[in-house]
Amino acid sequence: MSEIDDISESKSVVFVTVGTTSFDALVRAVDSQEVREALFRKGYTDLVIQMGRGSYIPSKSNGEDGSLSVDYFTFSPSIAEYLKSASLVISHAGSGSIFETLRLRKPLIVVVNEDLMDNHQSELAEELAERNHLFCARPQTLYETISAMDPNSLVPYQPGDATPVAKFINRFLGFVDE
Amino acid sequence: MENGSSCFFSCVGFLNFPILLIIGASTLLLFRILYVIHRSSKQLHNRPPGPLSTLIILGSGGHTAEMLNLLGVMQMDRFKPRYYIAAATDNMSLQKARVMEDTLKNKAEADTICTSDFLQIYRSREVGQSYITSVGTTLAALAHALWLMIKIRPQVILCNGPGTCIPLCAIAFVFKVFGIRWSSIFYVESIARVKRLSLSGLLLYKLRMADQVFVQWPQLKSKYPRANYVGHLM
Repeated sequence: MSEIDDISESKSVVFVTVGTTSFDALVRAVDSQEVREALFRKGYTDLVIQMGRGSYIPSKSNGEDGSLSVDYFTFSPSIAEYLKSASLVISHAGSGSIFETLRLRKPLIVVVNEDLMDNHQSELAEELAERNHLFCARPQTLYETISAMDPNSLVPYQPGDATPVAKFINRFLGFVDE
Repeated sequence: MENGSSCFFSCVGFLNFPILLIIGASTLLLFRILYVIHRSSKQLHNRPPGPLSTLIILGSGGHTAEMLNLLGVMQMDRFKPRYYIAAATDNMSLQKARVMEDTLKNKAEADTICTSDFLQIYRSREVGQSYITSVGTTLAALAHALWLMIKIRPQVILCNGPGTCIPLCAIAFVFKVFGIRWSSIFYVESIARVKRLSLSGLLLYKLRMADQVFVQWPQLKSKYPRANYVGHLM
């Protein structure tokens, strides 16, 4: 937690999250030299990677040599804190982290895991990318997406509303609303 | 005419009584199933007074977040006691549900405290398990689901995607057919499903096991017209 508190105004953090499993292809992609340089050119100073159960270990860097500072961890109960402190989020395609990030109105790049068997996850990311709420990439196109992206072009996501379903269920069961 | 009918009766005589019984019973059962499906699609007209016991089926990650988000806007005093079920391998979901129930308790006055229970269910097949051993585990999971459903006998079932909801909803449907317990089954398809229903959603929709299916994208509504399009929940 102290790391989060220490973040000063001058820092601009990119937070990468792979979720509860592993997504080595994503960690490897953000750890690549070209992606690190592209992020640094865009003005980001820090890269924090939540790598989950993955086996690929990114190379740490303290950023003293005028490059991106890189740090990583496996899991944390306070992902929300990392999301809040980030200026850009690069996430796996799980709906949980997508909507958590969108609600915080953080620029978001969703990277679809093509190794998953039942790959329905790309549906959501592609649909939301079409509506300009986020950028959608694959591990091998992450560099191009970062280079070409303009976070200001994103449209803020209007959070949905569950009350119509609750009302429908109440009516269906014969509960009368006051 | 006379000849014909006597021939008919003698033919029937050749059939064994048990076979007739089976034919009769399955015809009755078929009509009962059709009736249950028909009545399930209509608004509940004879709701027992008071709150309804509710079974909430949680799945991992995004599914649980969506379900808790829906529960957050429901009038919880109408749906109690509440039983939460998650897969035995999923520790996070029940923990999140507990946190939500605790905040409800803190908000509520002492006299409106209601009961909630948290249960785990065996999964029929874990990721990567072989198909041969999964026959045994599927049977064990079914027996466990049946045991839980006999204990709970819910009046309302809320589910949104995890595979564990299929045996539970199937058992609830059987309970309806045999008059053991009438339940209203609501299935809310995950927001992650944009173009195709999940396997759970497809089964509940096609086999008409769910009273009402909700979808969050217009593309799904046009593909599955009996579903209710309700916009984004998240």
